[in-house]
Amino acid sequence: MTAPAEAFPQLSLVEQERRAYRRGRAHRSSLVAGASTVIFLAVVGTAIVLSPGWPRVKSQFLDVGYGWEVLPDVLRGLWLNLRVLLISALLVLVLGLVIASARTLRGPVFFPVRFLAAAYTDLFRGIPLIILLYLIGFGVPGLRLEFVTTNVVVLGTAALVLTYSAYVAEVFRAGIESVHPSQRAAARSLGLSYGQTMRRIVLPQAVRRVQPALLNDFVAMQKDVGLISILGATDAVRAAQINVAQSFNFTPYVVAGLLFVLLAIPSARLADWVQLRAIRRQQAGGAA
Amino acid sequence: MSRRMSRPVLAAVLSLAALVSACSPADDDETASDTTSATTSPSTSSDACATDALQTQTDGKLTIGTDKPAYEPWFVDDDPANGKGYESAVAYAVAEELGYAKTDVTWVPVKFDAAIQPGPKNFDFDINQFSITEERQQVVDFSSPYYDVTQTVITTGESKAATATTIADLKGRKLGAQVGTTSLAAINEVIAPSSDAAVFNSNDDAKIALENGQIDALVVDLPTAFFITAAELDNGKIVGQLPPSTGDQEQFGLLLDKDSPLTDCVSMAVDALRSDGTLDELQQQWLAQAAGAPVLK
Repeated sequence: MTAPAEAFPQLSLVEQERRAYRRGRAHRSSLVAGASTVIFLAVVGTAIVLSPGWPRVKSQFLDVGYGWEVLPDVLRGLWLNLRVLLISALLVLVLGLVIASARTLRGPVFFPVRFLAAAYTDLFRGIPLIILLYLIGFGVPGLRLEFVTTNVVVLGTAALVLTYSAYVAEVFRAGIESVHPSQRAAARSLGLSYGQTMRRIVLPQAVRRVQPALLNDFVAMQKDVGLISILGATDAVRAAQINVAQSFNFTPYVVAGLLFVLLAIPSARLADWVQLRAIRRQQAGGAA
Repeated sequence: MSRRMSRPVLAAVLSLAALVSACSPADDDETASDTTSATTSPSTSSDACATDALQTQTDGKLTIGTDKPAYEPWFVDDDPANGKGYESAVAYAVAEELGYAKTDVTWVPVKFDAAIQPGPKNFDFDINQFSITEERQQVVDFSSPYYDVTQTVITTGESKAATATTIADLKGRKLGAQVGTTSLAAINEVIAPSSDAAVFNSNDDAKIALENGQIDALVVDLPTAFFITAAELDNGKIVGQLPPSTGDQEQFGLLLDKDSPLTDCVSMAVDALRSDGTLDELQQQWLAQAAGAPVLK
Protein backbone atom coordinates (compact mmCIF):
# COMPACT_ATOMS: atom_id res chain seq x y z
CA MET A 1 0.00 0.00 0.00
CA THR A 2 2.78 2.40 0.85
CA ALA A 3 4.69 1.88 -2.38
CA PRO A 4 2.26 3.71 -4.67
CA ALA A 5 1.95 6.51 -2.12
CA GLU A 6 5.72 7.06 -2.29
CA ALA A 7 5.72 6.88 -6.05
CA PHE A 8 2.99 9.51 -6.23
CA PRO A 9 3.52 11.51 -3.05
CA GLN A 10 1.14 14.29 -3.83
CA LEU A 11 -2.41 13.20 -4.47
CA SER A 12 -4.76 15.94 -5.38
CA LEU A 13 -7.48 16.76 -2.87
CA VAL A 14 -10.09 15.59 -5.33
CA GLU A 15 -8.39 12.24 -5.69
CA GLN A 16 -8.05 11.86 -1.91
CA GLU A 17 -11.72 12.61 -1.50
CA ARG A 18 -12.61 10.20 -4.26
CA ARG A 19 -10.61 7.43 -2.55
CA ALA A 20 -12.13 8.13 0.82
CA TYR A 21 -15.58 8.00 -0.72
CA ARG A 22 -14.84 4.65 -2.40
CA ARG A 23 -13.51 3.21 0.87
CA GLY A 24 -16.64 4.37 2.62
CA ARG A 25 -18.89 2.75 0.03
CA ALA A 26 -16.95 -0.51 0.15
CA HIS A 27 -17.19 -0.51 3.93
CA ARG A 28 -20.91 0.12 3.76
CA SER A 29 -21.39 -2.68 1.19
CA SER A 30 -19.73 -5.26 3.36
CA LEU A 31 -21.76 -4.14 6.38
CA VAL A 32 -24.98 -4.47 4.43
CA ALA A 33 -23.97 -7.86 3.06
CA GLY A 34 -23.10 -9.09 6.56
CA ALA A 35 -26.31 -7.76 8.05
CA SER A 36 -28.50 -9.21 5.31
CA THR A 37 -26.84 -12.60 5.72
CA VAL A 38 -27.42 -12.55 9.47
CA ILE A 39 -31.05 -11.48 9.00
CA PHE A 40 -31.60 -14.14 6.36
CA LEU A 41 -30.19 -16.92 8.54
CA ALA A 42 -32.11 -15.64 11.55
CA VAL A 43 -35.38 -15.62 9.60
CA VAL A 44 -34.88 -19.12 8.22
CA GLY A 45 -33.69 -20.41 11.59
CA THR A 46 -36.61 -18.84 13.44
CA ALA A 47 -39.11 -20.12 10.89
CA ILE A 48 -37.78 -23.65 11.37
CA VAL A 49 -37.54 -23.51 15.14
CA LEU A 50 -40.99 -21.95 15.54
CA SER A 51 -42.63 -24.41 13.15
CA PRO A 52 -45.22 -26.55 14.91
CA GLY A 53 -43.45 -29.85 14.23
CA TRP A 54 -39.97 -28.66 15.22
CA PRO A 55 -39.67 -30.37 18.64
CA ARG A 56 -40.56 -33.68 17.06
CA VAL A 57 -38.34 -33.22 14.02
CA LYS A 58 -35.51 -32.16 16.32
CA SER A 59 -35.80 -35.23 18.50
CA GLN A 60 -36.22 -37.59 15.55
CA PHE A 61 -33.55 -36.12 13.23
CA LEU A 62 -31.08 -34.18 15.37
CA ASP A 63 -30.64 -36.24 18.53
CA VAL A 64 -26.99 -35.40 19.26
CA GLY A 65 -26.46 -38.03 21.94
CA TYR A 66 -27.88 -40.78 19.75
CA GLY A 67 -25.82 -39.48 16.82
CA TRP A 68 -22.60 -40.01 18.79
CA GLU A 69 -23.81 -43.44 19.80
CA VAL A 70 -24.23 -44.60 16.21
CA LEU A 71 -21.14 -42.82 14.85
CA PRO A 72 -18.80 -45.84 15.22
CA ASP A 73 -21.26 -48.05 13.31
CA VAL A 74 -21.61 -45.52 10.51
CA LEU A 75 -17.85 -44.94 10.37
CA ARG A 76 -17.25 -48.65 10.06
CA GLY A 77 -19.61 -48.63 7.07
CA LEU A 78 -17.87 -45.59 5.63
CA TRP A 79 -14.55 -47.44 5.74
CA LEU A 80 -16.03 -49.99 3.33
CA ASN A 81 -17.25 -47.15 1.07
CA LEU A 82 -13.75 -45.66 1.04
CA ARG A 83 -11.97 -48.89 0.16
CA VAL A 84 -14.40 -49.73 -2.62
CA LEU A 85 -14.24 -46.14 -3.86
CA LEU A 86 -10.46 -46.03 -4.15
CA ILE A 87 -10.14 -49.38 -5.88
CA SER A 88 -12.98 -48.79 -8.30
CA ALA A 89 -11.84 -45.22 -9.06
CA LEU A 90 -8.44 -46.52 -10.19
CA LEU A 91 -9.99 -49.29 -12.29
CA VAL A 92 -12.49 -46.85 -13.79
CA LEU A 93 -9.72 -44.47 -14.89
CA VAL A 94 -7.75 -47.22 -16.61
CA LEU A 95 -10.74 -48.91 -18.23
CA GLY A 96 -12.32 -45.61 -19.25
CA LEU A 97 -9.13 -44.47 -20.95
CA VAL A 98 -8.78 -47.79 -22.78
CA ILE A 99 -12.35 -47.62 -24.05
CA ALA A 100 -12.06 -43.99 -25.08
CA SER A 101 -8.82 -44.76 -26.95
CA ALA A 102 -10.49 -47.70 -28.66
CA ARG A 103 -13.43 -45.58 -29.67
CA THR A 104 -11.27 -42.84 -31.15
CA LEU A 105 -9.09 -45.19 -33.23
CA ARG A 106 -8.96 -44.15 -36.89
CA GLY A 107 -9.16 -46.21 -40.03
CA PRO A 108 -11.73 -48.67 -41.43
CA VAL A 109 -9.83 -51.71 -40.08
CA PHE A 110 -10.71 -50.75 -36.53
CA PHE A 111 -14.45 -50.51 -37.15
CA PRO A 112 -15.22 -53.60 -34.98
CA VAL A 113 -13.19 -52.14 -32.10
CA ARG A 114 -14.96 -48.79 -32.38
CA PHE A 115 -18.29 -50.56 -32.61
CA LEU A 116 -17.65 -52.63 -29.49
CA ALA A 117 -16.46 -49.60 -27.55
CA ALA A 118 -19.59 -47.67 -28.57
CA ALA A 119 -21.80 -50.65 -27.66
CA TYR A 120 -20.09 -50.89 -24.26
CA THR A 121 -20.73 -47.24 -23.40
CA ASP A 122 -24.30 -47.39 -24.69
CA LEU A 123 -25.07 -50.48 -22.64
CA PHE A 124 -23.41 -49.65 -19.33
CA ARG A 125 -24.24 -45.96 -19.35
CA GLY A 126 -27.83 -46.81 -20.12
CA ILE A 127 -28.49 -49.58 -17.61
CA PRO A 128 -29.46 -48.39 -14.11
CA LEU A 129 -26.69 -49.19 -11.63
CA ILE A 130 -29.08 -50.91 -9.23
CA ILE A 131 -30.20 -53.36 -11.89
CA LEU A 132 -26.61 -54.04 -12.95
CA LEU A 133 -25.75 -54.66 -9.28
CA TYR A 134 -28.53 -57.25 -9.01
CA LEU A 135 -27.52 -58.94 -12.27
CA ILE A 136 -23.87 -59.19 -11.33
CA GLY A 137 -24.14 -59.51 -7.56
CA PHE A 138 -26.80 -62.22 -7.53
CA GLY A 139 -26.82 -63.46 -11.13
CA VAL A 140 -23.15 -64.33 -11.50
CA PRO A 141 -22.92 -66.43 -8.29
CA GLY A 142 -26.14 -68.12 -9.40
CA LEU A 143 -24.17 -69.67 -12.25
CA ARG A 144 -22.25 -71.65 -9.60
CA LEU A 145 -18.93 -71.40 -11.36
CA GLU A 146 -16.21 -72.61 -9.03
CA PHE A 147 -13.64 -70.05 -10.16
CA VAL A 148 -15.88 -66.98 -9.80
CA THR A 149 -16.12 -65.31 -6.42
CA THR A 150 -19.40 -65.01 -4.54
CA ASN A 151 -18.04 -62.12 -2.49
CA VAL A 152 -20.60 -59.33 -2.81
CA VAL A 153 -18.08 -56.55 -2.29
CA VAL A 154 -15.95 -57.77 -5.20
CA LEU A 155 -18.99 -58.30 -7.42
CA GLY A 156 -20.45 -54.94 -6.43
CA THR A 157 -17.17 -53.22 -7.23
CA ALA A 158 -17.19 -54.90 -10.65
CA ALA A 159 -20.66 -53.53 -11.37
CA LEU A 160 -19.60 -50.04 -10.28
CA VAL A 161 -16.53 -50.18 -12.50
CA LEU A 162 -18.60 -51.26 -15.52
CA THR A 163 -21.06 -48.40 -15.10
CA TYR A 164 -18.61 -45.64 -14.25
CA SER A 165 -15.99 -46.63 -16.82
CA ALA A 166 -18.67 -46.11 -19.47
CA TYR A 167 -19.31 -42.58 -18.18
CA VAL A 168 -15.63 -41.79 -17.85
CA ALA A 169 -14.82 -43.21 -21.30
CA GLU A 170 -17.20 -40.65 -22.79
CA VAL A 171 -15.57 -37.88 -20.78
CA PHE A 172 -12.14 -38.93 -22.08
CA ARG A 173 -13.48 -39.19 -25.63
CA ALA A 174 -14.83 -35.65 -25.43
CA GLY A 175 -11.39 -34.53 -24.28
CA ILE A 176 -9.58 -36.39 -27.05
CA GLU A 177 -11.89 -35.00 -29.71
CA SER A 178 -11.48 -31.48 -28.36
CA VAL A 179 -7.79 -31.46 -29.28
CA HIS A 180 -7.52 -29.64 -32.58
CA PRO A 181 -6.68 -31.87 -35.59
CA SER A 182 -3.80 -29.54 -36.43
CA GLN A 183 -2.05 -30.83 -33.30
CA ARG A 184 -2.16 -34.38 -34.62
CA ALA A 185 -1.17 -33.27 -38.07
CA ALA A 186 1.78 -31.34 -36.71
CA ALA A 187 2.85 -34.30 -34.55
CA ARG A 188 2.61 -36.76 -37.43
CA SER A 189 4.50 -34.41 -39.75
CA LEU A 190 7.29 -34.28 -37.15
CA GLY A 191 7.55 -38.05 -37.54
CA LEU A 192 5.72 -39.21 -34.38
CA SER A 193 3.81 -42.48 -34.73
CA TYR A 194 0.07 -42.68 -33.99
CA GLY A 195 0.80 -44.08 -30.53
CA GLN A 196 3.39 -41.41 -29.78
CA THR A 197 1.03 -38.70 -31.00
CA MET A 198 -1.71 -39.92 -28.68
CA ARG A 199 0.58 -40.38 -25.70
CA ARG A 200 2.67 -37.22 -25.97
CA ILE A 201 0.44 -34.72 -27.79
CA VAL A 202 -3.25 -35.56 -27.59
CA LEU A 203 -3.81 -37.24 -24.22
CA PRO A 204 -1.95 -34.68 -22.07
CA GLN A 205 -4.09 -31.91 -23.49
CA ALA A 206 -7.26 -34.00 -23.45
CA VAL A 207 -6.90 -35.11 -19.84
CA ARG A 208 -6.14 -31.59 -18.66
CA ARG A 209 -9.29 -30.31 -20.29
CA VAL A 210 -11.57 -32.92 -18.75
CA GLN A 211 -10.15 -32.86 -15.21
CA PRO A 212 -13.17 -30.99 -13.75
CA ALA A 213 -15.58 -33.43 -15.37
CA LEU A 214 -13.57 -36.39 -14.07
CA LEU A 215 -13.56 -35.06 -10.52
CA ASN A 216 -17.28 -34.46 -10.85
CA ASP A 217 -17.79 -38.12 -11.68
CA PHE A 218 -15.54 -39.03 -8.76
CA VAL A 219 -17.76 -37.15 -6.30
CA ALA A 220 -20.87 -38.73 -7.82
CA MET A 221 -19.23 -42.12 -7.40
CA GLN A 222 -18.49 -41.44 -3.72
CA LYS A 223 -22.21 -41.64 -3.12
CA ASP A 224 -23.09 -44.38 -5.59
CA VAL A 225 -20.54 -46.73 -4.03
CA GLY A 226 -23.02 -47.23 -1.19
CA LEU A 227 -25.48 -48.92 -3.55
CA ILE A 228 -23.52 -52.15 -3.18
CA SER A 229 -25.35 -52.45 0.15
CA ILE A 230 -28.34 -53.93 -1.71
CA LEU A 231 -26.21 -57.06 -2.12
CA GLY A 232 -25.80 -57.46 1.65
CA ALA A 233 -22.62 -55.48 2.39
CA THR A 234 -22.99 -52.91 5.15
CA ASP A 235 -21.89 -49.47 3.95
CA ALA A 236 -22.35 -46.18 5.81
CA VAL A 237 -25.93 -45.58 4.64
CA ARG A 238 -26.93 -49.17 5.38
CA ALA A 239 -25.35 -48.98 8.83
CA ALA A 240 -27.42 -45.84 9.42
CA GLN A 241 -30.56 -47.52 8.08
CA ILE A 242 -30.11 -50.49 10.41
CA ASN A 243 -29.97 -48.15 13.38
CA VAL A 244 -32.93 -46.11 12.12
CA ALA A 245 -34.99 -49.27 11.85
CA GLN A 246 -34.06 -50.28 15.37
CA SER A 247 -34.86 -46.98 17.05
CA PHE A 248 -37.29 -45.33 14.58
CA ASN A 249 -35.03 -42.26 14.89
CA PHE A 250 -33.61 -40.72 11.70
CA THR A 251 -30.51 -39.15 13.30
CA PRO A 252 -28.17 -41.87 11.91
CA TYR A 253 -29.11 -40.77 8.37
CA VAL A 254 -28.12 -37.20 9.24
CA VAL A 255 -24.81 -38.49 10.65
CA ALA A 256 -24.13 -40.48 7.47
CA GLY A 257 -25.11 -37.48 5.32
CA LEU A 258 -22.68 -35.19 7.17
CA LEU A 259 -19.87 -37.72 6.78
CA PHE A 260 -20.47 -37.87 3.03
CA VAL A 261 -20.37 -34.08 2.81
CA LEU A 262 -17.08 -34.10 4.72
CA LEU A 263 -15.81 -36.67 2.27
CA ALA A 264 -16.84 -34.57 -0.74
CA ILE A 265 -15.19 -31.37 0.48
CA PRO A 266 -11.57 -32.55 -0.01
CA SER A 267 -12.48 -33.75 -3.52
CA ALA A 268 -13.96 -30.35 -4.35
CA ARG A 269 -10.89 -28.49 -3.04
CA LEU A 270 -8.62 -30.89 -4.91
CA ALA A 271 -10.60 -30.18 -8.08
CA ASP A 272 -10.21 -26.40 -7.55
CA TRP A 273 -6.49 -26.75 -6.93
CA VAL A 274 -5.90 -28.96 -9.96
CA GLN A 275 -7.81 -26.51 -12.12
CA LEU A 276 -5.87 -23.54 -10.80
CA ARG A 277 -2.56 -25.28 -11.36
CA ALA A 278 -3.52 -26.17 -14.93
CA ILE A 279 -4.46 -22.55 -15.68
CA ARG A 280 -1.19 -21.25 -14.18
CA ARG A 281 0.87 -23.68 -16.21
CA GLN A 282 -0.94 -22.88 -19.41
CA GLN A 283 -0.56 -19.15 -18.90
CA ALA A 284 3.07 -19.47 -17.86
CA GLY A 285 3.73 -21.33 -21.10
CA GLY A 286 2.01 -18.60 -23.07
CA ALA A 287 4.07 -15.83 -21.49
CA ALA A 288 7.39 -17.55 -22.13
CA MET B 1 -20.95 -2.51 -8.66
CA SER B 2 -21.37 -3.98 -5.19
CA ARG B 3 -22.96 -0.75 -4.02
CA ARG B 4 -25.68 -1.08 -6.63
CA MET B 5 -26.23 -4.75 -5.87
CA SER B 6 -26.73 -4.47 -2.16
CA ARG B 7 -30.07 -2.72 -2.19
CA PRO B 8 -32.00 -5.19 -4.35
CA VAL B 9 -30.38 -8.04 -2.44
CA LEU B 10 -31.38 -6.55 0.88
CA ALA B 11 -34.88 -5.95 -0.42
CA ALA B 12 -35.08 -9.55 -1.60
CA VAL B 13 -33.93 -10.86 1.78
CA LEU B 14 -36.41 -8.68 3.62
CA SER B 15 -39.31 -9.70 1.42
CA LEU B 16 -38.32 -13.34 1.84
CA ALA B 17 -38.19 -12.82 5.58
CA ALA B 18 -41.64 -11.28 5.47
CA LEU B 19 -42.88 -14.19 3.41
CA VAL B 20 -41.44 -16.85 5.70
CA SER B 21 -42.66 -15.22 8.86
CA ALA B 22 -46.06 -14.72 7.26
CA CYS B 23 -46.27 -18.44 6.58
CA SER B 24 -45.17 -19.57 10.00
CA PRO B 25 -48.07 -18.28 12.12
CA ALA B 26 -50.53 -19.86 9.71
CA ASP B 27 -48.96 -23.23 10.44
CA ASP B 28 -49.14 -22.51 14.13
CA ASP B 29 -52.85 -21.79 13.95
CA GLU B 30 -53.49 -24.99 12.11
CA THR B 31 -51.81 -27.11 14.74
CA ALA B 32 -53.33 -25.15 17.51
CA SER B 33 -56.75 -26.16 16.26
CA ASP B 34 -55.47 -29.72 15.81
CA THR B 35 -54.30 -29.96 19.37
CA THR B 36 -57.47 -28.47 20.74
CA SER B 37 -59.60 -30.96 18.90
CA ALA B 38 -57.30 -33.73 20.14
CA THR B 39 -57.50 -32.63 23.75
CA THR B 40 -61.25 -32.11 23.66
CA SER B 41 -61.74 -35.68 22.47
CA PRO B 42 -63.39 -37.62 25.26
CA SER B 43 -61.27 -39.82 27.50
CA THR B 44 -61.18 -43.51 26.84
CA SER B 45 -64.45 -45.18 27.46
CA SER B 46 -66.60 -47.36 25.27
CA ASP B 47 -68.51 -44.26 24.13
CA ALA B 48 -65.30 -42.62 22.99
CA CYS B 49 -64.73 -45.58 20.71
CA ALA B 50 -68.13 -45.35 19.07
CA THR B 51 -67.58 -45.32 15.32
CA ASP B 52 -68.91 -41.77 14.93
CA ALA B 53 -66.53 -40.42 17.58
CA LEU B 54 -63.37 -41.83 16.00
CA GLN B 55 -61.14 -39.22 14.39
CA THR B 56 -59.97 -41.11 11.35
CA GLN B 57 -58.24 -39.76 8.23
CA THR B 58 -61.59 -39.70 6.42
CA ASP B 59 -64.80 -39.54 8.44
CA GLY B 60 -66.64 -42.83 8.42
CA LYS B 61 -63.73 -44.66 6.77
CA LEU B 62 -60.78 -46.53 8.24
CA THR B 63 -57.49 -46.14 6.37
CA ILE B 64 -55.02 -48.96 6.98
CA GLY B 65 -51.41 -48.96 5.79
CA THR B 66 -49.03 -51.77 4.94
CA ASP B 67 -45.93 -52.15 2.81
CA LYS B 68 -46.07 -53.17 -0.83
CA PRO B 69 -45.39 -55.90 -1.83
CA ALA B 70 -47.24 -57.52 1.07
CA TYR B 71 -45.75 -60.93 1.83
CA GLU B 72 -47.31 -64.28 2.69
CA PRO B 73 -48.38 -65.65 5.08
CA TRP B 74 -49.32 -62.20 6.43
CA PHE B 75 -51.13 -61.28 3.25
CA VAL B 76 -52.13 -63.37 0.24
CA ASP B 77 -51.52 -62.49 -3.43
CA ASP B 78 -50.04 -59.10 -2.48
CA ASP B 79 -53.61 -57.84 -2.00
CA PRO B 80 -54.34 -56.69 1.56
CA ALA B 81 -57.97 -55.91 0.65
CA ASN B 82 -58.91 -59.54 0.03
CA GLY B 83 -59.12 -60.36 3.75
CA LYS B 84 -56.79 -63.32 3.29
CA GLY B 85 -53.61 -63.83 5.29
CA TYR B 86 -53.24 -63.30 9.04
CA GLU B 87 -52.61 -59.55 9.08
CA SER B 88 -55.30 -58.76 6.54
CA ALA B 89 -57.76 -60.84 8.56
CA VAL B 90 -56.72 -59.16 11.84
CA ALA B 91 -57.03 -55.70 10.24
CA TYR B 92 -60.59 -56.43 9.10
CA ALA B 93 -61.44 -57.93 12.50
CA VAL B 94 -60.20 -54.75 14.21
CA ALA B 95 -62.17 -52.64 11.72
CA GLU B 96 -65.30 -54.63 12.48
CA GLU B 97 -64.70 -54.31 16.22
CA LEU B 98 -64.49 -50.53 15.76
CA GLY B 99 -67.74 -50.57 13.79
CA TYR B 100 -66.51 -50.29 10.22
CA ALA B 101 -67.95 -52.43 7.47
CA LYS B 102 -65.54 -54.16 5.12
CA THR B 103 -66.40 -51.58 2.44
CA ASP B 104 -65.41 -48.72 4.78
CA VAL B 105 -61.82 -49.93 4.92
CA THR B 106 -59.28 -48.32 2.58
CA TRP B 107 -55.75 -49.70 2.21
CA VAL B 108 -52.77 -47.48 1.44
CA PRO B 109 -49.26 -48.71 0.63
CA VAL B 110 -46.83 -47.34 3.26
CA LYS B 111 -43.08 -47.86 3.09
CA PHE B 112 -41.20 -48.56 6.31
CA ASP B 113 -39.54 -45.13 6.56
CA ALA B 114 -42.83 -43.39 5.72
CA ALA B 115 -44.54 -45.19 8.59
CA ILE B 116 -42.06 -43.91 11.18
CA GLN B 117 -41.32 -40.36 9.93
CA PRO B 118 -42.39 -37.47 12.17
CA GLY B 119 -44.74 -35.69 9.72
CA PRO B 120 -48.49 -36.23 9.31
CA LYS B 121 -49.41 -39.84 8.54
CA ASN B 122 -51.70 -40.93 5.73
CA PHE B 123 -53.07 -43.96 7.59
CA ASP B 124 -55.10 -44.57 10.73
CA PHE B 125 -53.00 -47.57 11.64
CA ASP B 126 -50.30 -49.59 9.90
CA ILE B 127 -50.13 -53.38 10.13
CA ASN B 128 -46.81 -54.69 8.86
CA GLN B 129 -45.14 -57.00 11.42
CA PHE B 130 -43.90 -54.13 13.54
CA SER B 131 -42.27 -55.41 16.72
CA ILE B 132 -43.06 -53.38 19.81
CA THR B 133 -40.01 -51.98 21.61
CA GLU B 134 -39.68 -49.26 24.22
CA GLU B 135 -37.23 -47.34 22.03
CA ARG B 136 -39.70 -47.23 19.15
CA GLN B 137 -42.55 -46.20 21.46
CA GLN B 138 -40.83 -42.86 21.94
CA VAL B 139 -41.71 -41.87 18.37
CA VAL B 140 -44.81 -43.88 17.47
CA ASP B 141 -47.76 -45.48 19.24
CA PHE B 142 -48.38 -49.21 19.24
CA SER B 143 -51.65 -50.97 19.92
CA SER B 144 -51.86 -54.00 22.19
CA PRO B 145 -49.94 -56.87 20.59
CA TYR B 146 -51.79 -59.12 18.14
CA TYR B 147 -49.10 -61.76 17.69
CA ASP B 148 -46.30 -63.31 19.77
CA VAL B 149 -43.37 -63.86 17.44
CA THR B 150 -40.14 -65.81 17.61
CA GLN B 151 -37.16 -65.41 15.30
CA THR B 152 -36.25 -68.50 13.33
CA VAL B 153 -33.14 -69.61 11.47
CA ILE B 154 -33.75 -71.15 8.05
CA THR B 155 -31.39 -72.52 5.45
CA THR B 156 -31.22 -74.94 2.53
CA GLY B 157 -30.19 -78.60 2.66
CA GLU B 158 -26.91 -77.90 0.84
CA SER B 159 -25.78 -75.14 3.20
CA LYS B 160 -23.05 -75.43 5.83
CA ALA B 161 -25.64 -74.36 8.39
CA ALA B 162 -27.99 -77.27 7.62
CA THR B 163 -26.45 -79.49 10.29
CA ALA B 164 -26.45 -76.88 13.05
CA THR B 165 -28.34 -77.90 16.17
CA THR B 166 -27.20 -75.27 18.67
CA ILE B 167 -26.67 -71.53 18.65
CA ALA B 168 -22.93 -72.16 19.00
CA ASP B 169 -22.98 -74.10 15.69
CA LEU B 170 -24.20 -70.93 13.97
CA LYS B 171 -21.51 -68.58 15.29
CA GLY B 172 -19.04 -69.29 12.51
CA ARG B 173 -21.63 -69.09 9.73
CA LYS B 174 -22.45 -66.16 7.47
CA LEU B 175 -25.98 -65.10 8.42
CA GLY B 176 -28.39 -62.76 6.69
CA ALA B 177 -31.55 -60.80 7.50
CA GLN B 178 -33.78 -58.12 6.06
CA VAL B 179 -33.00 -54.54 7.03
CA GLY B 180 -35.41 -52.96 9.48
CA THR B 181 -36.29 -56.26 11.12
CA THR B 182 -35.80 -57.47 14.65
CA SER B 183 -34.37 -60.61 12.98
CA LEU B 184 -31.16 -58.65 12.47
CA ALA B 185 -31.11 -57.65 16.14
CA ALA B 186 -31.62 -61.32 17.04
CA ILE B 187 -28.57 -62.31 14.96
CA ASN B 188 -26.38 -59.72 16.66
CA GLU B 189 -27.67 -60.21 20.18
CA VAL B 190 -28.54 -63.90 20.42
CA ILE B 191 -26.12 -65.56 17.98
CA ALA B 192 -23.38 -62.87 17.84
CA PRO B 193 -21.70 -64.46 14.79
CA SER B 194 -17.98 -64.04 14.13
CA SER B 195 -18.54 -62.37 10.74
CA ASP B 196 -20.93 -59.44 10.29
CA ALA B 197 -24.45 -60.30 9.22
CA ALA B 198 -25.37 -59.54 5.60
CA VAL B 199 -28.30 -57.12 5.50
CA PHE B 200 -30.71 -57.09 2.56
CA ASN B 201 -33.43 -54.77 1.29
CA SER B 202 -35.96 -57.60 1.35
CA ASN B 203 -36.26 -61.28 2.18
CA ASP B 204 -36.47 -61.89 -1.58
CA ASP B 205 -32.90 -60.63 -2.02
CA ALA B 206 -31.80 -62.61 1.03
CA LYS B 207 -33.29 -65.81 -0.39
CA ILE B 208 -31.29 -65.41 -3.62
CA ALA B 209 -28.11 -64.88 -1.60
CA LEU B 210 -28.95 -68.02 0.41
CA GLU B 211 -29.53 -70.07 -2.73
CA ASN B 212 -26.29 -68.72 -4.22
CA GLY B 213 -24.35 -69.74 -1.12
CA GLN B 214 -23.44 -66.10 -0.41
CA ILE B 215 -24.94 -66.54 3.05
CA ASP B 216 -25.30 -69.81 4.99
CA ALA B 217 -28.56 -69.11 6.78
CA LEU B 218 -31.30 -66.51 7.01
CA VAL B 219 -33.20 -65.30 10.07
CA VAL B 220 -36.91 -64.47 9.71
CA ASP B 221 -39.98 -64.61 11.93
CA LEU B 222 -41.48 -68.06 12.45
CA PRO B 223 -44.55 -67.83 10.16
CA THR B 224 -42.39 -66.41 7.37
CA ALA B 225 -39.90 -69.23 8.03
CA PHE B 226 -42.60 -71.84 7.47
CA PHE B 227 -43.78 -70.13 4.32
CA ILE B 228 -40.34 -69.61 2.78
CA THR B 229 -39.02 -73.09 3.53
CA ALA B 230 -42.20 -74.80 2.35
CA ALA B 231 -43.15 -72.71 -0.66
CA GLU B 232 -40.20 -70.74 -1.91
CA LEU B 233 -36.87 -72.47 -1.29
CA ASP B 234 -35.74 -75.66 -2.99
CA ASN B 235 -34.79 -78.04 -0.22
CA GLY B 236 -35.57 -75.38 2.41
CA LYS B 237 -34.96 -76.31 6.02
CA ILE B 238 -35.81 -74.78 9.40
CA VAL B 239 -32.77 -74.91 11.68
CA GLY B 240 -34.67 -73.79 14.75
CA GLN B 241 -36.21 -70.94 16.72
CA LEU B 242 -34.07 -68.46 18.62
CA PRO B 243 -34.82 -67.61 22.24
CA PRO B 244 -35.79 -63.94 22.75
CA SER B 245 -32.76 -61.69 23.22
CA THR B 246 -33.98 -59.70 26.21
CA GLY B 247 -35.92 -62.46 27.90
CA ASP B 248 -39.18 -60.71 27.00
CA GLN B 249 -41.51 -62.23 24.47
CA GLU B 250 -41.29 -60.28 21.18
CA GLN B 251 -44.68 -59.09 19.94
CA PHE B 252 -46.18 -57.45 16.86
CA GLY B 253 -48.42 -54.41 17.34
CA LEU B 254 -50.41 -52.12 15.08
CA LEU B 255 -48.46 -48.90 14.50
CA LEU B 256 -50.18 -45.53 14.95
CA ASP B 257 -49.03 -41.92 14.85
CA LYS B 258 -47.49 -40.74 18.15
CA ASP B 259 -50.30 -39.71 20.50
CA SER B 260 -52.93 -40.71 17.96
CA PRO B 261 -56.46 -40.24 19.35
CA LEU B 262 -57.20 -43.74 18.03
CA THR B 263 -54.54 -45.70 19.92
CA ASP B 264 -56.66 -46.56 22.97
CA CYS B 265 -59.67 -47.60 20.92
CA VAL B 266 -57.59 -49.74 18.56
CA SER B 267 -55.90 -51.38 21.55
CA MET B 268 -59.29 -52.11 23.11
CA ALA B 269 -60.39 -53.70 19.84
CA VAL B 270 -57.29 -55.91 19.73
CA ASP B 271 -57.76 -56.88 23.39
CA ALA B 272 -61.37 -57.82 22.69
CA LEU B 273 -60.28 -59.98 19.73
CA ARG B 274 -57.75 -61.77 21.91
CA SER B 275 -60.13 -62.46 24.78
CA ASP B 276 -62.94 -63.74 22.54
CA GLY B 277 -60.54 -66.13 20.81
CA THR B 278 -60.65 -64.48 17.37
CA LEU B 279 -56.87 -63.97 17.22
CA ASP B 280 -56.26 -67.65 18.04
CA GLU B 281 -58.74 -68.70 15.39
CA LEU B 282 -57.16 -66.51 12.74
CA GLN B 283 -53.70 -67.83 13.65
CA GLN B 284 -54.98 -71.38 13.25
CA GLN B 285 -56.43 -70.44 9.90
CA TRP B 286 -53.56 -68.49 8.36
CA LEU B 287 -50.31 -69.33 10.12
CA ALA B 288 -48.59 -72.68 9.99
CA GLN B 289 -48.21 -74.59 13.25
CA ALA B 290 -45.12 -74.05 15.36
CA ALA B 291 -44.70 -77.78 15.95
CA GLY B 292 -41.56 -79.20 14.45
CA ALA B 293 -39.36 -76.14 14.91
CA PRO B 294 -36.99 -76.84 17.82
CA VAL B 295 -35.87 -73.97 20.03
CA LEU B 296 -32.10 -73.57 19.74
CA LYS B 297 -30.05 -73.43 22.92
